[in-house]
Amino acid sequence: MNSANYLYLSALLFTIGAVGVVIRRNAIVVFMCVELMLNAANLTFVTFSRINGNLDGQIVAFFTMVVAACEVVVGLAIIVTIYRSRRSASVDDANLLKR
Amino acid sequence: MTSNLIVYLIAIPLFSSAVLLLTGRKANKWGHLLGTLASASSFGVGAYLFTQMLAQPAEERAMTQKLFSWINVGSFNVDASLLLDQLSICFVLLITGVGTLIHIYSISYMSHDLDRRRFFAYLNLFIAAMLLLVLGNSYLNLYVGWEGVGLASYLLIGFWNQKPTYATAAKKAFVMNRVGDLGLSLAIMIAFASMGTVSFDGIKEAAPQTSTATLTAIGIMLLIAAAGKSAQFPLQAWLGDAMAGPTPVSALIHAATMVTAGVYLITRSNFIFDAAPTAQLLVVIVGAITLLFGAVVGTAKDDIKKALAASTMSQIGYMILGAGLGPVGYAFAIMHLLTHGFFKAGMFLGAGSVMHGMNDEVNMRKYGALRKFMPITFITFGLGYLAIIGVPPFAGFYSKDMIIETALNAGGIKGILLGSAALFGAALTAFYMTRVIILTFTGTKRWDDEAHPHESPILMWLPMAVLAIGSVASGYLFTRGDALVHWLEPIVAPGEHGEHAELLPPIVVSALALTMVLIGISIAVMMYVRRPVADVAPEDVSALTRIVRQDLLQDAANEAIFMRPGQSLTKTLVSIDEKVIDGAVRGVGAMALGSGSELRKTQTGYVRSYSALILVGAAAIVLGIWVITQ
Repeated sequence: MNSANYLYLSALLFTIGAVGVVIRRNAIVVFMCVELMLNAANLTFVTFSRINGNLDGQIVAFFTMVVAACEVVVGLAIIVTIYRSRRSASVDDANLLKR
Repeated sequence: MTSNLIVYLIAIPLFSSAVLLLTGRKANKWGHLLGTLASASSFGVGAYLFTQMLAQPAEERAMTQKLFSWINVGSFNVDASLLLDQLSICFVLLITGVGTLIHIYSISYMSHDLDRRRFFAYLNLFIAAMLLLVLGNSYLNLYVGWEGVGLASYLLIGFWNQKPTYATAAKKAFVMNRVGDLGLSLAIMIAFASMGTVSFDGIKEAAPQTSTATLTAIGIMLLIAAAGKSAQFPLQAWLGDAMAGPTPVSALIHAATMVTAGVYLITRSNFIFDAAPTAQLLVVIVGAITLLFGAVVGTAKDDIKKALAASTMSQIGYMILGAGLGPVGYAFAIMHLLTHGFFKAGMFLGAGSVMHGMNDEVNMRKYGALRKFMPITFITFGLGYLAIIGVPPFAGFYSKDMIIETALNAGGIKGILLGSAALFGAALTAFYMTRVIILTFTGTKRWDDEAHPHESPILMWLPMAVLAIGSVASGYLFTRGDALVHWLEPIVAPGEHGEHAELLPPIVVSALALTMVLIGISIAVMMYVRRPVADVAPEDVSALTRIVRQDLLQDAANEAIFMRPGQSLTKTLVSIDEKVIDGAVRGVGAMALGSGSELRKTQTGYVRSYSALILVGAAAIVLGIWVITQ
């Protein structure tokens, strides 16, 4: 199978993730879209690792997974805390940092 | 030869001045006595050193004293050293001698002044600074004294600074002197840059190997310095206003000593001027212009002190002219300086005596017929008068006649021009001085009933009498056997240079000068004896008289040429500073503030807009990299 197809898929996933982050209000959905973008990047790394015939990309993919796991822990904790205090999971409601 | 005594000449008055200034009111009772004693002791030391010099052969008379190593940087070494040679001793005796007489006079003249102690402190400070000026062995030492006398002059002109005009006169004198001081400091810098030394001896040795252009530059700068201190054209405008100071100050500083510092400077720098003909030519031109300028201004002054001040300016013009005539002239310039020190100080003290008796009135049109009331003042003033107009055998005849003769013999068209200027100046001198005498002492009384003219006390007339004796005898003593010329020979070396072809025999020159004097006197007699003198200055006078009354428009010229352009330049620079420089600084601040408040609007607090911005930014970077690497 042509390796370029993996890249097309990865670009598609990344775009879906990015659009989701920008247009969705629910924090959980936004969070999942971020995960989608990270995994799209992972797929790209692995694809290029395959194309170039070395393991560098695959190793970076492991690092990304570690970072993503940590991020999920911290991010979910924040979301849950905000939900407890405000009874809302909308990212637009947490806008106290403006100005 | 070295001598440890020289420093006491300066130290005694300096110490006394410090005591008087620091002790304060407690010294009020004896301050004037200490001041006078200090000046007299300084004169005593000077006289003793003079006798020591007389005992030596001519070449070994110069004495030196090293005080301390002053500046010691790399190859630049200046010692604070004093040099007492044949030229300095003339000045030392004049300064301390006339100075002491004027101290004595001031005891009585200033007796009603609450600040008499401070006055004596300043007088002593002046004596010390002036002595340092003439005793320094390098231009840098001289410069310290030069600034010191400027300070003392400023303090004393503005002594009655409760009157704003007097304070302004002091400032005017100080500022105009600064212009000259700048010339002196530039001369010192040029000398050091080109010869690596600032001492008189060092420069004298280095001068023959130095280019004429450099020497000319130094000479011109020294001339500017001399013009500032000696009130010579074009820096002459301060002297008339300087008469705001008490009369003894006018006599000591603005007639006998400080204003002659320029003549000293040029004579001391003879090795520079002799090697720089252009600078020397400028010196005689300045001298000739000033001697006519001062004399012309003097003809229209009704203020007795300002008339004498104009005369001082004119007489110093003679000295500068003499000093500019080269080796033959230096000795005559110094001789005129010394005789002038006697007769002009005497006349100023006479004017002070008249003012003392006339409730400080200075307008000569309010005097008249004072001869009967102040016989001693009249006689001493009259002897000074005969000396200044150059009647034989009084002092001024010898000294002025020598300068006129030297000017005439300067050769060619230059000699004829300078000689005629000097001769014409002699006629003008005779005119304005006769006018002063007639207006003050003869004719009918024109004063108010409040004035009670009376003869001054002995402390005042005694110094006048001593100075009058000097006015009578000094010229004869100096010229007997060319005493002063031979005395100064080791310094200015007239040598064989004096062998110019004589334009006119000396006797004819003297006759010419006397004729001019007679013409001047007769015109004055016709104008002020034959016709009654108005007690207010007549207004229906010619345009020329009007101009002369305004000092030949010297202040107007200074204001038009320097003051107003200077002010408008300052204003322009201030507005440039405010608008351009301050504007730039304020603009930077305003820009930061404005851009900050605009950029703040992007902080919406919405996570989604932030992420959209990050996305757009990342896309833009990727696009940029792609464009560049394509």
